[in-house]
Amino acid sequence: MPTGVQKELYVLRRRPAYEKFVDSSFRNIAISMASMVALILVAILIVVFWGSLESMGRYGWKFLVTSNWNPVDDEYGVLTAIYGTAITSFLSLLIAIPLGVGTAIFITESFIPRRAKNIIGVMIELLAAIPSVVLGLWAIFVMEPFLRPLLSSLYIYFGWIPFFSTQPMGPGMTPAILILVVMILPIITAISRDSLNQVPISLRQAAYGVGATRWSTIINVILPAAISGIAGGVLLALGRAMGETMAVTMIIGNSNNFSWSLLGPGNTIAAMLANQFGEADGTQVSSLYYAAFILMVITLAVNIVSQWMVKRLSLKY
Amino acid sequence: MTSQATSTSGALSSSLHYNPGLRRNRINRIFTILSGLFSFVAILPLILVLTYVIFKGATRLSISLFTMLPPPPGLDGGGIGNAILGTIIVTCIAGLIAIPIGVGGGIYLAEYAREGPFSRFIRFGTNVLSGVPSIITGVFVYDIIVSSRVILGSSYSAIAGGVALSILMLPTVIKTTDEGLKLVPDNLRKGALGVGASKFVTITHITLPMAFTPIATGVVLSVARAAGETAPLIFTALFSYFWPTGSDAFLNPIATLSVLIYNFSTQPYQVQNELAWAASFVLVVFILAMNILSRWIGHVTSK
Repeated sequence: MPTGVQKELYVLRRRPAYEKFVDSSFRNIAISMASMVALILVAILIVVFWGSLESMGRYGWKFLVTSNWNPVDDEYGVLTAIYGTAITSFLSLLIAIPLGVGTAIFITESFIPRRAKNIIGVMIELLAAIPSVVLGLWAIFVMEPFLRPLLSSLYIYFGWIPFFSTQPMGPGMTPAILILVVMILPIITAISRDSLNQVPISLRQAAYGVGATRWSTIINVILPAAISGIAGGVLLALGRAMGETMAVTMIIGNSNNFSWSLLGPGNTIAAMLANQFGEADGTQVSSLYYAAFILMVITLAVNIVSQWMVKRLSLKY
Repeated sequence: MTSQATSTSGALSSSLHYNPGLRRNRINRIFTILSGLFSFVAILPLILVLTYVIFKGATRLSISLFTMLPPPPGLDGGGIGNAILGTIIVTCIAGLIAIPIGVGGGIYLAEYAREGPFSRFIRFGTNVLSGVPSIITGVFVYDIIVSSRVILGSSYSAIAGGVALSILMLPTVIKTTDEGLKLVPDNLRKGALGVGASKFVTITHITLPMAFTPIATGVVLSVARAAGETAPLIFTALFSYFWPTGSDAFLNPIATLSVLIYNFSTQPYQVQNELAWAASFVLVVFILAMNILSRWIGHVTSK
């Protein structure tokens, strides 16, 4: 039986008011900080949309299909930059997918000792850490001069194809595509490696057990099992390639004249923004906002689809 | 065993030995070589870029590089001292904004949020925000801070640049905090709450210290990434040929390494181009050091 002294020990201590206050305000602070993310995201959309209203009202859909970018006459169309954005990101993906997935296979399957695999993995991660402005600098002074004779011979022998129809004179779309490959390769490799690593070992053992060779196992069993993650990574890389600014701005040539050629200078929406936004005024600013809005909507869509793919189509084993 | 098999069926036993001439084995070898080649091509750019940055940047390395101002076009000598200082200032401002908000948001997601539309929306928004092109962040901050002159009437400023970078850092900090806190075993939380600790004390004294390693790793990586970003800075922090001095240093345009590289790489002067390489060297060394630091944090504390 508890005596009076013991009873006092067990008496419930009420939390002091200040402790409750600290507790609840901490919670509220955390909630408001989490809300900042949503606030910023919505604010970005509103600001960019608001800025583009004037140009939207003036040009409407025509903005997307005309390539006339003329600050003197106040006429703006963004087709050149849309073409540039689309073709550079598409072609860079086309090159980066086999390279990235091939590398991911090479460092997840047991071709080479674990230590060597780790070294390659770390190097790919470090490649992702190199700032894009440094890659741009390298592209201007090292890669482009090195490539020019090669591209010149492309022009000489295949000049009749519209894609190779201009003389390479310096900055252009092809160097931009190649530097984009360097930038998105780490993303594709890292995500492919993660999804390949998640494929259960039993699938592999079963394939070997029925006599499949190593590569027929990889191609027929492991890659299909990991495809959703890889596809999500590819889409993520696509979003990055479309929004990538600095390296592309430095090497693409920033020409607003439409040309099919990949050897000549071109433009992307991001590069156009980087180049002109600081000095523009009047309708040009609004047109740049309009272009930014288009870029924003496309990258948002790509990102959302990629998230959905990674989540919904993930492994069912 | 083998002789028995040979005597019963020669064809079968010979197929039990590895025959390099078989079509499937040839294809196997071709694919192996191909994937090895792809890996080599994939790491080649890193090697080439690092080699050039080291050779072209390190030759320009001297004390004056860190202490002097960049020369006006056409003149010799000079350094990138103000840009180094500027990068440190702008990155610090970004960190001061992004780390508290990011850790706070991560705490909410991991410790408070129940499965519901709000927390789903925040997680989704975090992922989407990390995919927003960095140039758009620049446009956004230009609109709300630079052109509206909302901060004490200043237009281009170190603060505007820091805010732009903080928006880029925020998703990474939130995600690493969220994931780091989720790794903390639930027993610790229950134990703390069971002995009467409040939620606030549980988080600040138990779970946050436990999750220090992953959070610190993520923060260091996001700082490294922010230090190398250029696109959000070119029309927020702009550039300056002078030291950030005086009481209004943060309210004026400020030089940063990344914008210096961008500006100087397109100028037709050799001196400026060399300074761009030197700045790349400093920037790359800093970023690689941060990456190694984050690995070291993970390595040391995992023991």
